[in-house]
Amino acid sequence: MTLQQPKLDTSPHVSDEIRKTTCYMCACRCGIDVHMKEGKVAYIEGNRDHPVNRGVLCAKGSAGIMQVNAPSRLRAPLKRVGPRGSGKFEEIGWDEALEIATSWLEPLRRDAPEKLAFFTGRDQSQSFTSFWAQNFGTPNYAAHGGFCSVNMAAAGIYTMGGAFWEFGQPDWEHTRLFMLFGVAEDHDSNPIKMGIGRLKARGAKVIGVNPIRSGYNAVADDWVGITPGTDGLFILALVHELLRAGKIDLDYLARYTNAPVLVNGDAGSPEYGLLMRDAAGKALVIDRATGDLAPFDQPGVRPDLHATHTAGGVTHRPVMHLLAERYLDAQYAPEAVAERCGVAPGKIRAIAAELARVAFEEEITLAREWTDFRGETHQSMTGRPVSFHAMRGISAHSNGFQTCRALHMLQILLGSVEVPGGFRFKPPYPKPSGIHPTPHCKVTPGKPLDGPHLGFVHGPDDLALREDGTPARIDKAFTWENPMSAHGLMHMVISNAHAGDPYRIDTLFMYMANMSWNSSMNTRGVMEMLTDKDESGEYVIPRIIYSDAYSSEMVAYADLVLPDTTYLERHDCISLLDRPICEADAAADAIRWPVVEPDRDVRGFQTVLIQLANKLRLPGFTNEDGRPKYTDYADYIVNHERKPGIGPLAGWRQGEAGPAHGRGAPNPAQLEQYIANGGFCVKHIPETCVYMKPWNMGYQAWAVETGLYDSPQPYLFDLYVEPLRRFQLAAEGHGERQPPDHLRAQIRATMDPLPVWYPPFEDSHVDAQEFPVHALTQRPMAMYHSWGTQNAWLRQIHGHNPLYLPTRLMQAHDLREGDWARVTSAHGTITVPVAHMAALNENTVWTWNAIGKRKGAWALSEDAPEATRGFLLNHLIHELLPPRGDGLRWANSDPITGQAAWFDLRVKIEKSAPPPESQPAFPPIDSAVGEAPGDLAWKVGK
Amino acid sequence: MTTLPETTDKKLGLVIDLDTCVGCHACVISCKGWNTENYGAPLSDQDAWGASPSGTFLNRVHSYEIQPEAGAAQLVHFPKSCLHCEDAPCVTVCPTGASYKRAEDGIVLVNESHCIGCGLCAWACPYGAREMDHAEGVMKKCTLCVDRIYNENLPEIDREPVCVRTCPAGARHFGDLGDPDSAVSQLVAERGGVDLMPEQGTKPVNKYLPPRQKDELGTTGMHAPRLDPVIEDAGGFLGWLDKALDRLPGGAGSASDSETR
Repeated sequence: MTLQQPKLDTSPHVSDEIRKTTCYMCACRCGIDVHMKEGKVAYIEGNRDHPVNRGVLCAKGSAGIMQVNAPSRLRAPLKRVGPRGSGKFEEIGWDEALEIATSWLEPLRRDAPEKLAFFTGRDQSQSFTSFWAQNFGTPNYAAHGGFCSVNMAAAGIYTMGGAFWEFGQPDWEHTRLFMLFGVAEDHDSNPIKMGIGRLKARGAKVIGVNPIRSGYNAVADDWVGITPGTDGLFILALVHELLRAGKIDLDYLARYTNAPVLVNGDAGSPEYGLLMRDAAGKALVIDRATGDLAPFDQPGVRPDLHATHTAGGVTHRPVMHLLAERYLDAQYAPEAVAERCGVAPGKIRAIAAELARVAFEEEITLAREWTDFRGETHQSMTGRPVSFHAMRGISAHSNGFQTCRALHMLQILLGSVEVPGGFRFKPPYPKPSGIHPTPHCKVTPGKPLDGPHLGFVHGPDDLALREDGTPARIDKAFTWENPMSAHGLMHMVISNAHAGDPYRIDTLFMYMANMSWNSSMNTRGVMEMLTDKDESGEYVIPRIIYSDAYSSEMVAYADLVLPDTTYLERHDCISLLDRPICEADAAADAIRWPVVEPDRDVRGFQTVLIQLANKLRLPGFTNEDGRPKYTDYADYIVNHERKPGIGPLAGWRQGEAGPAHGRGAPNPAQLEQYIANGGFCVKHIPETCVYMKPWNMGYQAWAVETGLYDSPQPYLFDLYVEPLRRFQLAAEGHGERQPPDHLRAQIRATMDPLPVWYPPFEDSHVDAQEFPVHALTQRPMAMYHSWGTQNAWLRQIHGHNPLYLPTRLMQAHDLREGDWARVTSAHGTITVPVAHMAALNENTVWTWNAIGKRKGAWALSEDAPEATRGFLLNHLIHELLPPRGDGLRWANSDPITGQAAWFDLRVKIEKSAPPPESQPAFPPIDSAVGEAPGDLAWKVGK
Repeated sequence: MTTLPETTDKKLGLVIDLDTCVGCHACVISCKGWNTENYGAPLSDQDAWGASPSGTFLNRVHSYEIQPEAGAAQLVHFPKSCLHCEDAPCVTVCPTGASYKRAEDGIVLVNESHCIGCGLCAWACPYGAREMDHAEGVMKKCTLCVDRIYNENLPEIDREPVCVRTCPAGARHFGDLGDPDSAVSQLVAERGGVDLMPEQGTKPVNKYLPPRQKDELGTTGMHAPRLDPVIEDAGGFLGWLDKALDRLPGGAGSASDSETR
């Protein structure tokens, strides 16, 4: 045929309208342009103006359209009619649903508010849900941080007043060497991809530290295929090398950290190991100019890293001495750690040398005048262009807190935090740990709790214990077992409630937390706990209320289901009071708004909480005349004030001279302003204030003006974390509040004020010879937890999850791609399909997280690969470590924060004959939403 | 048999950076979204929530492992869509003229109203870049977003293929590879961009930028800086520390111990 080119319309109609809102396909919170045709969602792309994603969008975000049409969407409130776990429900109206919930909750609030346990999963409205729980009066509230990444958050905040996560970022513009440890894909995921792209485009180097070389590690210039749980040891070896070479930033350490602060050296004193302070409580240093003691922040003082102080025959040394003494020890030499870390000594040395070379030989100087908190004005800002990022990979271990601390210490020794080219905080951070709330747990029936549930403890006095010393909270957060559990321990709630330890509860109320499946350890055990009955035939956990947008596995275990909307059908605020979308150069927050109205009888969960609060007449939600303050969540977002002038959204508040960002009275047109601006608000930090923030008085003034805090809060980075030492002192017998004897040794060993490495606990509770292999999960870039797994497009990318084995283990067990293996831990066994991956630590196996589904859930057909070949590693992990003959059961958690130690898991592998489907297999649950249609061709326009 | 144009005015195509692609599939799904709603029949999915979901995609990401003779194995993410070849065998094999290459910009397209769904073009393509849509029975392929790149209803900045617009890592580039001065041609020259399977003689317009050399730190023969130890133990450290502090501006100390009684 000859060339006959048809005439094309190359300018077709794109959409009737673009509605700009915030993505919720993961926790990244990108801005999205939702293209509408005839009132329907036609196409979703990234918002070019948005500070988080600047136009780009990941696979999850683009697949959001398949979330709004998902057949798994719940359609109406559900009342259980079959046994718990069967999935048998009847649809009811909202009046009845709210009446049932109120009839359960009202007597609890009146008589014993602690009998309500209210835990929320992956929401982004914790400042609101905690406010609700506080007004209800229960101490039993937290979100999911305890089973996620609290080690990262707590270690960052205690050490440097802010964490990686989404609360900080490398200085992508200036950094020249970026080192990444075991990153999870759901926080800052597009910003990290964009950042790596920028580094690659200018030839800057990336080092990846991860047992698995996928994703970001696949593009890293150098890969460290480390043995799981040894990152801390590897980092301390880098510190050893840097100290030995004198490659640390002494000026930075002296000025901005507690390295020069004196530590009480009197071994007989109850203050042994605490920081020395003056009468006003200020930490003391020695002024190198005068040789005298001085408060650290005294104008003109030059804190001395070297000098000691002798009083009464006792010499008190600065933190710097203790630090050098510890890490120069030969136990941290590369040769000494290499075998355990699975990293050659030469590689450790070369990485230390490269860090030092870039930090000190490629120093950056920006000519920006700024004044520090001692009143000294500097003409420029010095940068060390080495930056780091890490997430769950290093934190979900029982040594995770101290490993995260070690990484922060490394950054600080290099002088690379809050400087050009280094790691930078995003507002509302930096913020010293001391100005966060402490935990509150005092219950008064019929009244609100005495303060916020969660916070940061500074010593035994802040623990959440009742007068008799027993835990005040159902999850035993802030107790001697895990004193610094800043995010609570959601993963312990069901097992503690089932055991009645520390007490029985009545109603378990959960939101978006798939606890009967992928969000729990010991999944089968949790299902049994949720359905277990006592002698009288009543459920041991008497009532369960659950809210979710989709027909998840957890829905089947609820007595009352409150159906939520999808993210495109609701109001939300991504708030500075919570987890905002700030950049290192700007404060920013955002909203979601209903770009489409629900076509089902569902309500946004936050609105339902307000409706419940109104029925219960909770104080913070009720005016003095007894009338409700808020009709729905949008009303709350606009009109709630946490304190005068400070509300959920910082943008377009009513200032004295018109709309202003930061402080101001509520503005009735606020949401319209956000929508007109693309769904977000950005307030830039002045150029001279964007670095050195913790010490930069210009930034401090800006932060006060913006409402981040009420007075300037400059502080020192805590290389030495004094609150940890206070717990050690208690364990050594000092003070009124004393730990139980069986925990003394653990507290002394783990709550070290300087970063320390110890082997993951599982190593000493199981036979490492019998279970020689480490087993991990990773989160795919194109799927998020259980939120998207039923997504019609994304499940074609990740529809099942083989167990990936390294070459050595494939050969050792005579396995070939497609074979099956029996994988056994001290707790359980699974039988699953295997696949080969060479770019993997030779003692590690792994799979994708949360791809496996239970039959009947998510509107998938019962023969879907998620249910037949997919699987969970959760069956191999228990919330308690196996007994080791001491008569105790130790938690499978970090002993400091209580973070679930998912990644401590050890297994053995055996070849298996292929079973009919992955084992264990569970009976199907009845689908709450029926079955999905077969084929799909989704085009909304003509 | 359908004829190819002898020359095209432009050679529009993609440059894909394999050193930067993290394998996130953003391009795959944004492509699915745009092309379901736009050019031609929607990209359908069969058994979408069932046992064997199978849908039409114009762009897919494959992952390959490389085991160098020495050193750690590597993983390369490899996005693949139509390469808009100059000598496109999928066009010449088409019995109806539905498959064609545009004279003005070199984009290879399927005129769906002439496509009989015979699938010959998919057999002819050595890259496996064409997919039959099972709902519509027509052949689907990358259009290089021909309905975006000239679309006057879009802001100028958005007149590029969606996969390029969405790529978070910036691993995808679009432009005229027939113009040696274009940004994409320059990038190919700088980074040693390559043709995919040149031995097939298809003269693909799309180019791939190869991964850079990896895992050089700590290998023998690498001229990395070494750290020279200045300190052997904590005692030595303190001596070094005092001297080093003296060297800092205004750093000369007055005493190494303060005493109170």
